[in-house]
Amino acid sequence: MESTLVMVVKSIVIFAFILQIVPLILLLERKLLGRFQSRIGPNRVGPKGLMQPLADVFKLLSKESSSPDTAVPWMMAIAPVISIFTAVATLAIIPFGPFNAWGGEFGLYGIDVSIGLLYFFAFGSLGFYGLVLGGWASGSKYSFLGAMRAAAQLISYEVALGLSLLGVAMTAGSLSLVDIVEAQDGMWYVVPQFVGFCIFMVAGFAETARAPFDLPEGDAEIVGGYNTEYGGMRFGSFFMAEYIEVIVISGIAAACFLGGWHGPGPVALAPLWMMLKLMAGVLFFIWIRASLPRLRYDQLMSFGWKVLLPLATLNVLVTAFVLVAT
Amino acid sequence: MTPWDPEKDVVQVDRGPEPGGVGAIYRVFGETLRGLRTTFGRVIEGPVTVEYPEEKTPVYPRFRGRHKLHRFEDTELEKCVGCSLCAAACPAKCIRVVAAENTPEHQVSAGERYAEVYEINMARCIFCGYCEVACPFDAITMGNDYELADYSRSDLIFTKEMLLADPPEATPLRREGE
Repeated sequence: MESTLVMVVKSIVIFAFILQIVPLILLLERKLLGRFQSRIGPNRVGPKGLMQPLADVFKLLSKESSSPDTAVPWMMAIAPVISIFTAVATLAIIPFGPFNAWGGEFGLYGIDVSIGLLYFFAFGSLGFYGLVLGGWASGSKYSFLGAMRAAAQLISYEVALGLSLLGVAMTAGSLSLVDIVEAQDGMWYVVPQFVGFCIFMVAGFAETARAPFDLPEGDAEIVGGYNTEYGGMRFGSFFMAEYIEVIVISGIAAACFLGGWHGPGPVALAPLWMMLKLMAGVLFFIWIRASLPRLRYDQLMSFGWKVLLPLATLNVLVTAFVLVAT
Repeated sequence: MTPWDPEKDVVQVDRGPEPGGVGAIYRVFGETLRGLRTTFGRVIEGPVTVEYPEEKTPVYPRFRGRHKLHRFEDTELEKCVGCSLCAAACPAKCIRVVAAENTPEHQVSAGERYAEVYEINMARCIFCGYCEVACPFDAITMGNDYELADYSRSDLIFTKEMLLADPPEATPLRREGE
């Protein structure tokens, strides 16, 4: 069992880690998006544009936080907090290595909750309250439309997301992410649960509200959606929460399907493998964003209900039959 | 000529597959992969950006940019004789020429008269090149420089001295076959 001190240190490390990695991913995304579009990407601030995220943050910090007359200011203020809190909280359960990987009585994860996946679903759904509340409290039409879209998207995809991970949970016989990764010692679950993996990735994109499922934002048609009326660091918090969500979904995908920390070499290298798989997931997110256009609203709904949900249910049924038969 | 036959007058229309159905899922998957391949191809090709202030796109020799006034290379006399044909040809009325008589002590051009004032208002110039065509002595030609931005309108009125001097920064010329 871990001491309280170890837990405190771990939570600080995780928080610092996210704060450091989000600007990096931001820069990576802008650079890569540029390459995907035959551009160079930002290269003016600092050598090779490395200081760009710093400049972005300074710009956001120096902006005024305004709100419209029709807004509910205190709700508007807590919406980004909810968004970023739920995103960071989910990161606590992503395992980067087993217990005792680096010697000492601690595991390389924030906390190993026995209901790991449920915890992830709970905070994932709570995260949408940030968008819905923020959009509604802004008191403007476009924000409201964005909030409605966020709500509709949540109910369309949350079920498929849950069902896609159910197959993994059944095969591993546990909801704890650490147990799930340990169960993948022989074979990564991406092989037996390939359909589940595909469904999880699609639903994961919807969960993070990123392209091609960035309907709550929809900058082309609803001017930024739920964050239309946000400025300054409140907007920055929404932005950061989105990127942390990307890390979380990539991390869960890596842990549940791609074998987590398993890889060649000694067990002390576990976090390296996990990080590599996580970053591969992030790269995939960026790649998809560069490639696919935003879905139409009705397409999104019908895809969620008519395709993903039956497919996920079928996947769970087949997995259950196979598990019982063998 | 054969008479019009409505049976044969058919417009060929290529329609995409009907939306929906199991085939649609399959197609969406395939098209997604195709899209991913397309964008990845761009990464392999590398960026096509020309980083402008640092590197300039070369122009063709016929490119009509900032004007130049010329002198005779041997005698250093100005070619312009102040005939104002360029000003007459200019559709934007941006050239102003005031002519003056040459004297033996003060010989500026090869002819009887010279341009005492020769101004081109670059804010108005449309770079049509008619002045170049109108000039009987090839005294004014269009150069290749296009970086003419300035902070005030009065700075954009180029005087004779500015037009006679070489432009401060040469624009790269496109080589043969480039």
